[in-house]
Order: sequence, then C-alpha cells, then structure tokens
Amino acid sequence: MAKKVHVTTTINGEEREFLCEPRQTLLEVLRDDLDLTGTKEGCSNGNCGACSVLLGGKVVDSCLVMAVETEGQDIETIEGVASPEGLHPLQQKFLEHAALQCGICTPGFIVAAKALLEKEPNPSEERIRLYLAGNLCRCTGYDKIVRAVQDAAAVMSKA
Amino acid sequence: MATQEEDYLGITDYKVIGTRPIRHDGVDKVTGRAKYGADIDLAGMLHGKVLRSPHAHARIKSIDISKAEAHPGVRSVITVKDLPLQEDQIKDLGEGAANLMDLRCNVLAEGKVLYHGHAVVAVAATDANVAEEALDLIDVEYEVLSPVLTVHDATAEGAPLLFENQTTKSLGEDTGKKSNVTTHFQHKLGDVEAGFEKADIVVEREFDTATVHQGYIEPQNATALWNADGQVTVWCSTQGAFTVREQTAQLLDLPVSQVKVVPMEIGGGFGGKIRVYLEPLAAVLSKKTGRPVKMVMSRTEVLQATGPTAGSYIKCKMGVTNEGKIVAAQATLMYESGGFPGNWAAPGSMCIFSPYNIADVQIDGYEVLVNKPQTMAYRAPGATNAAFASETVIDEICEALGADPFEFRLQNTSKEGTRRADGPTFPRIGNEECLQLARETDHYKSKLEGKARGRGVASGFWFNAGLKSSASASVNADGKISLVEGSTDIGGSRAALAMQLAETLGLKSEDIKPQVADTDSVGETDVTGGSRTTFATGWAVHKVGLDIKAQMIERAAKLWEVAAEEVSYVDGVLTNSADASKQMTFAELAGKLGETGGPVMGRATVQPPGVGGAFSTVIVDVEVDTETGKVEILRASIIQDVGKAIHPSYVEGQMQGGVAQGIGWALNEEYVYREDGTLANGSLLDYRMPTCLDLPMIETHIVEVPNPGHPYGVRGVGEVPIVPPPAAVANAIYDAIGVRLFDLPMSPGRVLEALLKKD
Repeated sequence: MAKKVHVTTTINGEEREFLCEPRQTLLEVLRDDLDLTGTKEGCSNGNCGACSVLLGGKVVDSCLVMAVETEGQDIETIEGVASPEGLHPLQQKFLEHAALQCGICTPGFIVAAKALLEKEPNPSEERIRLYLAGNLCRCTGYDKIVRAVQDAAAVMSKA
Repeated sequence: MATQEEDYLGITDYKVIGTRPIRHDGVDKVTGRAKYGADIDLAGMLHGKVLRSPHAHARIKSIDISKAEAHPGVRSVITVKDLPLQEDQIKDLGEGAANLMDLRCNVLAEGKVLYHGHAVVAVAATDANVAEEALDLIDVEYEVLSPVLTVHDATAEGAPLLFENQTTKSLGEDTGKKSNVTTHFQHKLGDVEAGFEKADIVVEREFDTATVHQGYIEPQNATALWNADGQVTVWCSTQGAFTVREQTAQLLDLPVSQVKVVPMEIGGGFGGKIRVYLEPLAAVLSKKTGRPVKMVMSRTEVLQATGPTAGSYIKCKMGVTNEGKIVAAQATLMYESGGFPGNWAAPGSMCIFSPYNIADVQIDGYEVLVNKPQTMAYRAPGATNAAFASETVIDEICEALGADPFEFRLQNTSKEGTRRADGPTFPRIGNEECLQLARETDHYKSKLEGKARGRGVASGFWFNAGLKSSASASVNADGKISLVEGSTDIGGSRAALAMQLAETLGLKSEDIKPQVADTDSVGETDVTGGSRTTFATGWAVHKVGLDIKAQMIERAAKLWEVAAEEVSYVDGVLTNSADASKQMTFAELAGKLGETGGPVMGRATVQPPGVGGAFSTVIVDVEVDTETGKVEILRASIIQDVGKAIHPSYVEGQMQGGVAQGIGWALNEEYVYREDGTLANGSLLDYRMPTCLDLPMIETHIVEVPNPGHPYGVRGVGEVPIVPPPAAVANAIYDAIGVRLFDLPMSPGRVLEALLKKD
C-alpha cells in the first residue's frame, strides 16, 4: 500500500487536514474519514451528481476528484450550506415545494443549484435544467426541483 | 376491520388533510444530516465486497479462496457453503413471494451461476479497497454454458435450461415438461371466441419490452453485527424492515426475534429494495470476524445483480363493433423471471384490460426463466408492459373508428360493478372521472401545431395493496404526539401519516412527531410497496388516534367527575356537555395526565381489506427529429384518481415521478446484453435515465373519488402513474410521424429504423 499523503484544505470555511491514500477519492475521504456523509454516493463514476461539492466555487463530482488533488483548495459541502441564522433559501424552498422525495439526490442538487445562483441570480427554466442536468433524481420528475430553484432565485434577488 | 360501507367517514371540512405542511424529516434531508444506510459507521467496522460471475450462465467447477484469505487486511472469505441449507419453501415478501432455496442461491451461487453479476464469494477486510483487491485473488473455474436472454430464446425448442429439472406448471398442474417456463396461468371471462364473432374490427399486435431497472439513486447497502450473545442487528436501506428480518433470519436459520433490522433512510426503492442481497452476507461475515461488517454495492453491481424489472413479450388482440363497443379481448403475456422463478406476468394480467368493461376476455400468462438477474417489482410491476400493449391497440382501434380517444374510453370504461377478467368486481373507482377530466384539460383542448409533432393519450390501472401495518403513539405533557410507525419513508409518508393522525385528533401536522422504527420497536408492518403506506399505515394511525381520543375523553371525565359519555371531543377540544364552561384543549389535558392516571399511549395494528384500485390517464405531446429519430417530450399531463390527497404536493410528486420514469422506460432505458449474455451498459452513463433536460414540467390533475374502504377515502398513489406513459408516448409518435412502434424502448435508432421502413 502506498504511503498516506498529508493534505491541507479548507472545508466549509474551516481549515481541515487529513491523511489519505493516493487512491482515495475526495468523496471517500469526505464520507469515510471526515464524517461528512451529507455528500452521497450514487454511482462513483460521475454520472449521477449525488456527490456534488464545490471545489474552488465550481461544482464537481467528488467521486471524480482524487483527495490528494485538493491540497490548498477550498471545498464546500452540503453541511456548509445552512448558516447559524438558518437554512439557505434553496433549502427552505426545497422543503416548501416538496422538491424531494427520498432525499438522496437532494444535497447534490442544492450544492449545484447554489453554484448556479451565485453565478446567475436569475436563470431561466431552460438554464436551470441545463445546469442541473448532471444531477439525477429518480423520484420527482424534476418539476418541483426546478420550481424550488426558481423560487429561491426570486427570494434571493429580492434580499 | 369494519365492512367497507362503514369505513369512509365522508368528512367534507378537513382541517389538516389536503394542506401542504413541511415534511417532518425535511430539514435533515436538505442539510445532509439524514442518515442513509451507507452513512453508518461503527467502531471496529470491516468492509465487505462480493465477487460476481463474469458469465451469464456457467457451471462452477471450483472456487479457490486461499490467496484471498492470506491477503493482508482480509478477515473472512465466504461462499454459499457458509449459508445454512434451505428447504424448498415459499415466503411472502409483501410484494412478491420468494423461495428460500432460490434466495440462498441468489445471494451466493451454488453449483451454477445464472446471470452476469451473480454473487459467488464475499470478502470482509479492513477497508473497501482492500476487500476489492482480495476479490482479484480468488480463482473460480467455470464451465461456460449458453445463455438465454429473452423469453423467445428461452422458450425456443432445445433452448438451454437454467434448471435441468424445471418443469412447467400449467393451470396449477405439473405438466412434467422440461422447460424454462415455470408457470402458465389463465384468466377467462365469458367466451372470448363468441365475443370476437360479434366484432366488426379486430386488431392484434405483438409487443416486446426491454428489461429495465428501478434506478434508485442510492445503491443497496447493509451493515450487520452478529453479537457474542447471538443477537444479530442489521442496518440497511429497505422498503420493509420486517421482510428483511424474515428473509435474513430464514437464510441464517435463526428465530426472527434474534434478528433486529434498523431501517435507515432509504434513497429510493420503487420495488427494488425488498429482496435481500447483502444482509445475510454481512451477517455471516460479522459472525466469522466478531466485528460489524458494512457492504455497499457499486452502481455496476446494482445494475448487474439487483432488480431489474421484467422484459416481456405480449400479444394483444381486441375486437370492437362499428358502434365503438369493445366486445372481446385476448392477451398472451410472457414475462422474464430472470435467473430464478418469478411472477410478474401475474400482476400484468390483472391490469391489462381492467380500464375497460369487456364481456369476453381471455388472458394467458407465462413466467419464463432467462439468464438475467432475478426480476423484481418496479412501480406497478407488470402493468406498464401490459398497458403499453393494450393502450397501443386501443389507439389503433380509435383510429380505425375515427373516434376521439377519450370518448371511446368513456364509452367502454370500467366502473363500480365491472368484473375484472381475473375475478374481482370493482367497488367505487374513479376511472370515468379521470377520463372526463382529461378530456376537459387545457392540454387536451390546446392545439398542437408543427412538423413531426403529435399527441398521444393512454390510461392505466393498478390494483394497490393492503397488507399489515402497525403504529403506536404517546402523548407528551406539552400536548404533542410522538408517533412510531413501521413503514419506511421513501417519499414523504411520515408527513402523510402524521397528517392523518392530526386530523383524527383535531391537532396540527406539526403537533405530531413521526418516526420510523426498527423491528424491535413497532408491530409487524409490511413493505412500503403496492402503494399501500398512506392507505394501510394511514388506517393504523387513524385507529391510534381513535384509541388516544377515547383515553383522553376518559381522563377529562375523571377530572370533571362525569361519565365519559358526557365529554365531547371536537377539533382537539374537550367539553363537558353537561357544563359547557368546562373546556380543555388537548394540550391542557395532556399537561394533567399525571394527576389522572399517568401517561397515555395509543396503538393499532391493521390489515385493511378495503383496498381502492387506482386509475390514471396521461396526455403527451412529442416532437420527433426525423433526421435522428430522437423524440422530445414537449408537454405531459397526468390525471389520476387518488381517492383523497392527504398532502397534495407529495401526491403530485408521485404522479410526476411516475410519469418521468414511464417516459424513461418509453424512450431510453434498456438492459443491453452482448451475445455472450454479459451486460454491456452497467453504468448510469449507458443506462440512460431521464435528466431534467429531457423533461418538461409535468402537469398534474388530482381526481378525488373517495375509496369506500378507508376513513379518509385514501387510495394508493405511488404506482399507477408509471403505467400509461410508454403507450401515450407511442401513440404520440404515431400521431407525429405516422409510424407505430411495438417495442420498448422507442430509442432514436428504433424510431429512425421505423421511419426508414415506412419510406
């Protein structure tokens, strides 16, 4: 077994150091070593988006990122989306619109949608659908997810 | 239980039912705090992996595990020899039965492997990567056999047999004929030949539908601890903790009470998370190592070895008079069982002609073994394949008659009193109301213009299930209720159950704190399947509410020193009817339980018979790209009788989700096998499920024809929405380009091929 590597990152605003094997993905380290199990594993080859996290502000599938690559990087996971003041508008709107059923894809959708709204505060329906096309949901048919994102965008741009 | 007539309460001014509160488990799920099966981590936990067959059909000549056992970090390696022997007996899983001998040979192969991905050896090691390394060190010698991959291959003369001694049971009798067909059954109503004599127009078509997967985003997982005292605990994501307990206990030869199953949050199931795959393996590995063992499938394992639902061949023939009356219908349904006997043609046959009132019907069903994973329920199992056939034939008949598809369906609709070919007579159903509303929707009335665009409609039926449910609840001193129930929550059922309890007690949804309990903490409850949870577990929580109400009335009577009959309970307020100045809210009385005899708990177990069947109708507009054959869904609407929508948002969600899955089934999804029987598309890149870019908003129209067999009129809602879409899409494609498609999926290649043939 290859020697473990020391990695220093910022996760959800806090500096986090960890040791990982070179073969471990960011997803494995987040879930198995750092106890951040809000990021979900659905396919482990970049096709479902359940493991979406923000790496330097960009949405990535954490199953496709090697943990050692994150040295010095800024990572945001679902656990960092809510604040001490309360839920993020996206989280609130997902609840109000019943935009989740089983909930396994929800963290990935919220993380990806957050990245979208940070870049584009007023995306069209088409734009939302394109941006979220890397995240699979098998329960909802996406209707209520798209509406929740639209509503969150409206609330956030008023704020 | 009471008789059906007495069950529906006929309430018209609901306080909680029909509102849209935030679901109780919602915050945990949007913040990532909710714990799903794969999120569990126990001290000293090992990780298990499974070696799977690279062949679709082969005899196992030898297995050498010695190198794997010697690998650093490996703690245990097991084969089927480590599982106790089983008798040839059938156990009910709640949605489909299982033979224990088959179940044992499915979780670890014995003698033969029957599909690509069939489990052969399981390994426990210090981490998942080490376990996977160890799999490479196992030597299995196979004698490769020819596979059969479709019902056509499997029933061909001289086809290789999956089981050498398998004979066909036909109409209940063993024919003695060796075959991959395990069962042939028949439903007859009237005289089908005489019926067809009366027909002016007869349409007969043949259909093939591909094997498809449930496609839940969370892979199967199980963690087990076999403690030193012999007690086994299993944590997993399942549709039914009690069925996992039953199957695991049986396979390990333990009394059920020695196994405790803790249902974690579940990331989708759709029928695919009922049968055990990993649970018994994790338990045996734990017994051998004395440590907890966690096993999580990869997506490829999920696709290769769990689910899928049956591919099928269906021949469907219907006869009508020139006046538009369906006089006869006949169907042959041949469904894939996969590598072990199954029974999915059976529910298909119960649904295929049930939207219609037809006097003369004959349905023949065949369950057929093929070298694919043992097929499993998938949302209205069997019905979607069946409706694809019957609703396409109906469309062709409407065309021949020049009839409006809804007028024709309304003329022939099944309703209260209509006899189904498989026996039952319908109680009050909402088929007709769905069709009437569909005809009046803005969607159906709108004009569809443009080249290669078309509109299609289809109807579907699913009978829904009742089965067993249990619940209990305790009253807290602040007047809030802790509800404990046994139905795992896949799509918001905690909310639907809490709301029914709140309605019964005149409280608010937020006053109820629902939780799904493990098998030691709640009475036996069958699977979350068959669209039964809001109906049957809803029945249970309603009875819990009545139990609590009666006790609270007694407590108030005690405080006021009057007879219980003197106390009224309306909207959560107790009143002394002899002295109306004496009133207490539920919460006020809850604070006084200590002085009136101690805590109050309610409990109930039910097995309600008054299951209400569900109907839905779907309208779809498509545009076909005639260069590529790609079909785009422009607009989709679903009209469904739900009985009563407890939480309308989650009801709409079920309807939308079902339509989305049905569209995936219609257009893209299929198991692609190579000639040697290996699965070519074992990833979500190649097993193509709809993304949000593939779908429009899905318009929902809720019809509420109360189910007479439920206090609040609830029917199940989860399954029937998947039934009509493939036929509706096929009919829309025909409307768009004048080509009828008889095979699923209607993928670009197939559409293009049909277009080229037409030209």
